[in-house]
Amino acid sequence: MISRKSTVLAGMDPQLPGPRISPAFPAANSPLGVINKFLEWFGDLGVFAWQVARAAVTPPFEFRELFLQLDEIGSMSLPLVALAGAATGVVLSLEARYSLTRFGAKSLLPAAIVFSVIHETGPIITGLVVSGRVGAGIGAELASMKVTEQIDAIEASAVSPYRLLAAPRILACILMLPLLTLASDACGLLMGWVTQALAEPLSFHQFINQGFNGADFNDFLPPTFKTMAFGLIIGLIACFQGMRTQGGAAGVGRAATSSVVLSSLFVILADVVLVKLILIFFP
Amino acid sequence: MHTIDQISIQTAIKPGEAEKDGGAPAVAVEDLHKSFGSQEVLNGISLTVRRGETLAVLGRSGTGKSVLLRLIIGLEKPDSGSVRIHDRDLTGLGLDELGEIRMKMGFLFQNAALYDSLTVEQNVAFPLRHHRKAMSKSEQGDRVMQLLAEVGMEGHLEKMPSDISGGMQKRVGLARALALEPDILLLDEPTAGLDPISSGEIDDLVLKLQAEHHMASIVVTHDLHSAKTIADRLALLNQGDVVIEGSFEDLQSSDIEFVREFLGYSS
Repeated sequence: MISRKSTVLAGMDPQLPGPRISPAFPAANSPLGVINKFLEWFGDLGVFAWQVARAAVTPPFEFRELFLQLDEIGSMSLPLVALAGAATGVVLSLEARYSLTRFGAKSLLPAAIVFSVIHETGPIITGLVVSGRVGAGIGAELASMKVTEQIDAIEASAVSPYRLLAAPRILACILMLPLLTLASDACGLLMGWVTQALAEPLSFHQFINQGFNGADFNDFLPPTFKTMAFGLIIGLIACFQGMRTQGGAAGVGRAATSSVVLSSLFVILADVVLVKLILIFFP
Repeated sequence: MHTIDQISIQTAIKPGEAEKDGGAPAVAVEDLHKSFGSQEVLNGISLTVRRGETLAVLGRSGTGKSVLLRLIIGLEKPDSGSVRIHDRDLTGLGLDELGEIRMKMGFLFQNAALYDSLTVEQNVAFPLRHHRKAMSKSEQGDRVMQLLAEVGMEGHLEKMPSDISGGMQKRVGLARALALEPDILLLDEPTAGLDPISSGEIDDLVLKLQAEHHMASIVVTHDLHSAKTIADRLALLNQGDVVIEGSFEDLQSSDIEFVREFLGYSS
């Protein structure tokens, strides 16, 4: 006798099609019901993550698919991330100039821009932009494969969809986020300087020297590498939401939307925790 | 395309042609139960299929025919009961062990389920690429050509699934299902959504492949004509269980009301 314990992925191990119906639990729209549904979703996500982790560390490895995803997630996101980083640099420069001038601290402007960009805005903007572009892309692609039985066909061919589909996408997100963050940081700093220089002449060399004065690797490396956690969250949630989809075209739409919403939300929540941890461990 | 006379001759001689071994059945389903939520789909179904034999599973829409196939290949897990493939119980097997057994089975999905990002050639090569790594690229290419020639699709190698018709997609799906030379072939509504000519062509193809490969085949369909053409035995499902199992003539001579209604004899 096999009991139904989980709703991770229909057609996979553990498997269940459709939402669980259990009269023992409160109604789904009551506060307890919502909490129960969230805990259920979280538990299923944990089981999914375990299956993917197991598939990722046992051969055969899907290097070809990984390289494809590195290209898809990395190079295809680069223009968007660079543009978002640049825009953030401009806004930061304008806002910081206005505020610091009011408080008589205009000389701190380069440092304020540099620290803001590398500490927080670069990583979080990159995380949110990638969760929008890549989260929706992965969620919709895998959901579409799910509803057209392509994922079942992969399984029926004795190939693990965790290994072939989920692991390369999640790994690519983890590996690409720090690199995209560097690009976002660079564009943010460059445009921050351009905005500053247009208002008041200042060479790029001076801007960088003043900005990084007193900064060390602890200001740069932990915030950049924390985006690996963002990549894990984006890849994991998008693959999970995509591969558990049901309900045709409407289901694909729901999977894409929920991938973006949930991954963005968890990126922001993770950022709160990671910023605190970085302040503790890299003071 | 078959005429009715040809079909009668084929159904008459096929059981004799079938190469049924005396050992354990290739597929044995016993007392299988499956529910989705409060809806009970399969209610203690039992069936066996031997090598060289084709069983058609008939029934109204929503009676669990496709679920039965998904249980047999392990895409769903039963609530209770057992599925045995070559006398090996699937229940409780890990993904790796299940993978070994799945390699002995070919599955044609209702809508072919071709990978839409891959060409026809790459779709058929997919199982070979993953499970026949000892084969060189050219050997894999030759095997793909051979498989596509068997289903009459050798001239469409570079086409994408979206560029070919539903009938052609099913042919490619069939070629992919045969890539690993399975002992067991599972066909989910092979003629659904096809015009009568394409349906007849698919039926002919299944008969030809069955004669060449001597697999144990289970065909889920609600197409009586197709079932009569390609199957040695038929099993009619209603409310999650087998109402009657036997030859087409057995069904015709049955006085069970549901059987007569299904065959269109009921007033």
